[in-house]
Amino acid sequence: MIRKFVLLSFTLGSSLMFLIQLLSLQIFNSDYNELSLNNAVEKRPIYPTRGLIYDRNGVLLVANQPVYDLMVIPENTISFDTLELISFLEIDKEELENRLGKAKRFSSKRPSVISRQVSKEKQALFQEKIWKYTGFYFQKKTIRDYNLPLASNILGYTSEINPSELKNKTDYDLGEMIGRQGIEKTYESELRGKKGFRFFQKDRFNRIIGPYEEGSFDTKAEAAKNLNLTIDAQLQAYGAELMQNKRGGIVAIEPATGEVLALVTAPSYDPNVLLGSDRSKNFRKLVKDTIAKPLFDRGLQAEYAPGSPFKTLNALIALQENVITPKTLFSCNQGHYYARGAFMKCHCPIGTSNNLLRGIYNSCNSYFAKTYVNILENDSTTAAGLDRWRDYLKRFGLGDYLGYDLPIGKKGFIPNSSYYDRWYRKGSWGPTTVISNAIGQGEVLTTPIQMANFTAAIANRGYFIKPHFTLPKNDTLKDSLFPKNETFIEARHFETVIEGMHQVVEMGTARIAKIPGIEVCGKTGTAENFIRLDGAKTQLTDHSIFIAFAPKENPKIALAVFVENGYWGGRWAAPIASLMIEKYLKGEVKRSWLENRMVNGSLMDEYMKPLSGKPFEINE
Amino acid sequence: MNNNVFFRLDWMSILIYLALVGFGLINIYSTTFDDSTLSLWNPAGIAGKQFWIFTACLFTLPFILLIKSNFFEHLSYVFYGLSLLSLIGLFFFGQTISGATSWYKIGGFGLQPAEFAKITTALVIAAYLSEIQTDIRKTSHLFRALLLVLVPVVLIVLQPDAGSALVFFGLFFVLIREGVDLRWLYFGLGLIAIFIVTLLFSPLTVSGVIALILFVIFNVLKKSKNKLKLFLILVGASIFFSFSVDFIFNSVFEQRHRDRFNIILGLETDTKGIGYNINQSKIAIGSGGFSGKGFLNGTQTKGDFVPEQQTDYIFSTIGEEWGFLGSSFLIILFTLLIFRIVSRSEKQNSSYKRIFSYAFASMLFMHFFVNIGMTLGLVPTVGIPLPFISYGGSSLMAFSLMLFIYLNFDSQRLST
Repeated sequence: MIRKFVLLSFTLGSSLMFLIQLLSLQIFNSDYNELSLNNAVEKRPIYPTRGLIYDRNGVLLVANQPVYDLMVIPENTISFDTLELISFLEIDKEELENRLGKAKRFSSKRPSVISRQVSKEKQALFQEKIWKYTGFYFQKKTIRDYNLPLASNILGYTSEINPSELKNKTDYDLGEMIGRQGIEKTYESELRGKKGFRFFQKDRFNRIIGPYEEGSFDTKAEAAKNLNLTIDAQLQAYGAELMQNKRGGIVAIEPATGEVLALVTAPSYDPNVLLGSDRSKNFRKLVKDTIAKPLFDRGLQAEYAPGSPFKTLNALIALQENVITPKTLFSCNQGHYYARGAFMKCHCPIGTSNNLLRGIYNSCNSYFAKTYVNILENDSTTAAGLDRWRDYLKRFGLGDYLGYDLPIGKKGFIPNSSYYDRWYRKGSWGPTTVISNAIGQGEVLTTPIQMANFTAAIANRGYFIKPHFTLPKNDTLKDSLFPKNETFIEARHFETVIEGMHQVVEMGTARIAKIPGIEVCGKTGTAENFIRLDGAKTQLTDHSIFIAFAPKENPKIALAVFVENGYWGGRWAAPIASLMIEKYLKGEVKRSWLENRMVNGSLMDEYMKPLSGKPFEINE
Repeated sequence: MNNNVFFRLDWMSILIYLALVGFGLINIYSTTFDDSTLSLWNPAGIAGKQFWIFTACLFTLPFILLIKSNFFEHLSYVFYGLSLLSLIGLFFFGQTISGATSWYKIGGFGLQPAEFAKITTALVIAAYLSEIQTDIRKTSHLFRALLLVLVPVVLIVLQPDAGSALVFFGLFFVLIREGVDLRWLYFGLGLIAIFIVTLLFSPLTVSGVIALILFVIFNVLKKSKNKLKLFLILVGASIFFSFSVDFIFNSVFEQRHRDRFNIILGLETDTKGIGYNINQSKIAIGSGGFSGKGFLNGTQTKGDFVPEQQTDYIFSTIGEEWGFLGSSFLIILFTLLIFRIVSRSEKQNSSYKRIFSYAFASMLFMHFFVNIGMTLGLVPTVGIPLPFISYGGSSLMAFSLMLFIYLNFDSQRLST
């Protein structure tokens, strides 16, 4: 009889249905398991304190300091003294209401920020009144603390990660600090450490009701690493002082190790302005200054024509190629005709005959123009000669990124034959077409750090070590991390050129750079430069350039100094370089007259000229 | 056969009963557990309250077993009448808790007359159907039987407590067992099928499918013209029903009603509103895995994510803390109990006793089906407790009483 089994079959059917559903929920579906974990368990990160940054001598540059975010949980607020709060926050009533409304729209149960990075001092004042503001509280946070107002271009800065970045950087939480530029960016993972987690049991109103499973899932935070920069804080500060009211850069490298001793860019900014509640206002100000460009690192990013210091490289290449010898003589009559109707000016008196040494210390344009022609003609075609010349330069680290450990840089430019084939018709250009390269004008472009680097290669008599900004944790790593980059030019040729560079300081164009008791080698440069002003190519006062290293034997420092529109090399760059060398090697500067002239000298009037809208004189 | 009641008792059902209530107490304790929870024995706590009600129920067991079954048979209508009065009385003296006037407040206790109406209605339907003159195949008698069921149903719906009222429809199983035309069963099943299919798809699809079936049957049954006519009528009625379901569902139902069905049928996902309970319950059960998280260790349970967890959603705690093992064990216990009661009642000499026992099993099934089905997200949300397991004094007392009456009847199986 069917009747007897209706209820039983319904019972059996439902039981089977339930068992199947249980199987699918509990055994075959792991999603529900994870959902429960998200739902009922809150994972709270523990952030390790960000790593400290020291200079090469252990001077603390970057530490951490607490600040306080004023938080609100809208649901918990009761009426409060609005006037007092707005005067504390230094905002108007409308702005406060705006922020409170935003917080409420986000969530009435969860905390939102009302004011970011309130300083310790300000927080302490308000802390005693906070009890009157139910629903408000201070949340401690750690931001950077800069002990010295320098090296912002090297250090970079940190800021809160923004929501759009979180998609790619899933390891970060909203509100976490991330390194934005410089060392902070390159060494983000070291400086950040590894965050740990604590797990808490929540109820359905998101309230914590205790640790989850007695903390058995909790993980410890891994402490961040501290960093030692290769920078010498004292030298860095001195460089910044010398460069004040000028534009340009100083890059100083220890030739034997490639360690960057100072990287000065001017103008720059005090890293402390990018902290605290005014951070975004100040940052906007820095970004908007498109004339002085304080965020632009001239030491790393500015591509200038290298000017006469480039002659040292052409001399080395010519010697290695054996197209000249130290004794080779070239004549100069206030310059020479390098092609029909094309005259290259020089400051040598009429009737001069220079050998290489004199060519270098007098910085004779004709000498190097002729040398350069010889280099290019030392192969089957000019094109092949040019590419050969380029290969030499690449071994000096030119025309490409150097690979140092800061996140910004420029390649500079060393032209190859196909570049000229594109500009001119193929085969229709010859050595004289590209003659400006001989004297570091023309198409070649270098950054100051590239110049400092090739100066270090000269000082090392044949090789350079990749410039870098942090000291390895132990010295045994040094050799493997930083191998020698050979230039494949014989050391004896370097001795020749170095002798020339020594003469530059002793009796040549940079006698002002002479330091009693130290044998300085250098080369001045004066580079023509142009801008586009009201649509017309306008020449500005020449850049003042100087490369140098010292002492001559066993060099301890190699540097490149670039002062924009400083007129000629010996006027600004050479004295500044010389003072830097003296400061670094002797610890103090005796030539206070020179120091005063450099520190107090200003080129601001020069920089205002093209902005004045009036016609102006250059090189005056 | 020994005359002592003790030896004639259905011990297996008692064992299952004790197991269910014990398991229930453990889970009520776990659900309401926090640092301030009192011991299981403290009547000030939720689990303690349930424990003492349970103890009180056990005390009544010997007394109920001693009552002669005639007592119930003769007084069925009286009990039923009193029960109806208590339901009507609610409208004057009842307590309104969360919108439903379903409670009498007596001392610290709330009493829910609808729970006890289940017993009395079972008794009265047993009494009516077992009368010698009653022939359920007669439409007038069928309607009288239905009336006996529908009066308490209407009173309960008016409270309003649709969930409790729904349980009374379990008594249809009794009517079917006692000889109602089986076509009513097929008709009912057909209506449910069309209802679900209409909501899942559309009236047009349903019509199409029915037309297809018609076409096949037309070809198969070319000869029998009478039956063809019947089929045509059925098909027409089905299509009409399908369209009316569509109309009623979309134009007469309120959104909250529609939501309940839509979520179950998977037509809508909603994890914040009405779907919240179901979703949280499924998460809790799913997170239990094979062997569960263990007693007091359910994170969903601890976090109070599932509402009404000690009452209607108690099964989710079981699923989370005892896993597949615990929850399937519970389902098997229920199935065994229902099977036990049905098979024992089939052996009754007295039809009154048989019909009551059968009615008890039917209502047990309704609770089991609706409650666990809802918690597992298979049946629309209807708030009714899981018998013997859920927290609630009236429910525990009413089902214990029904079980005891069944035990009484069963022990007197061989007497008339």
